[in-house]
Amino acid sequence: MTTQAQEASVRTQIVVEAPIERAFRVFTDDFDRIKPREHNMLGVDIAETVFEAREGGRIYDRGVDGSECQWARVLAYEPPDRVVFSWDISPQWQIETDLSKTSEVEVRFISEAPERTRVELEHRNLGRHGEGWEGLREGVGGEGGWPLYLQRFADMLKD
Amino acid sequence: MVAYQVDGWHALGDPTRRAIFERIAERPRAVGELAGELPVSRPAVSQHLKVLKDAGLVVDRPAGNRRIYQLNPDGVGALRVQLDGFWSKALATYKQVVEQSTEEVT
Repeated sequence: MTTQAQEASVRTQIVVEAPIERAFRVFTDDFDRIKPREHNMLGVDIAETVFEAREGGRIYDRGVDGSECQWARVLAYEPPDRVVFSWDISPQWQIETDLSKTSEVEVRFISEAPERTRVELEHRNLGRHGEGWEGLREGVGGEGGWPLYLQRFADMLKD
Repeated sequence: MVAYQVDGWHALGDPTRRAIFERIAERPRAVGELAGELPVSRPAVSQHLKVLKDAGLVVDRPAGNRRIYQLNPDGVGALRVQLDGFWSKALATYKQVVEQSTEEVT
């Protein structure tokens, strides 16, 4: 793997004290509780995040007023080992409609013991988002773009 | 963890650098401005900016006799940093949720 490919992805992992089947099920069934709530592209508060647990399913936030924001597509759903979904969100934290500029997230579940599972998450192909960044040169300081998003991010770091 | 030659996440491990990065994220700023807003000397601010720049998080451009620092719009460094934070936080919550449900069952 090249250095560039490494730089264009984010990897993180965690070990949980649970059997692989439950580890997988909780990730997809309770994704609503897992996803950091401050990440919201709706104009209203999020009532819930829905993870449609099947290949071709959608992941979307539903606002308290019933509005919806779909930000991912389930690309692979292989319980209890693996789930892959797209990340249709631009670096400006807006829905990316050009699917060639979207990245993807793979989550792998590896059984380490009957009651222990390692969960590896890789968010890759980040460079695809980068292809659209040239046009952001002027917009990067615009209202509601990076400044808004990064403030949220900065708040998150303080936790 | 994969060791990156210039790791944006590591670059933000220092609280002062994080404070500088947050201010640049709000809007582009000059070194003098940052030194005026933070309890840090101007040379120290410059040093921190160099680390952020090496990590690909910020870029600088001349404006008259000053240098203005802003987020790097071309690199994926800043994007990586935010997603790293996003997923680290998500997985930490996930661990709580999944182990809580384990307790409920047993």
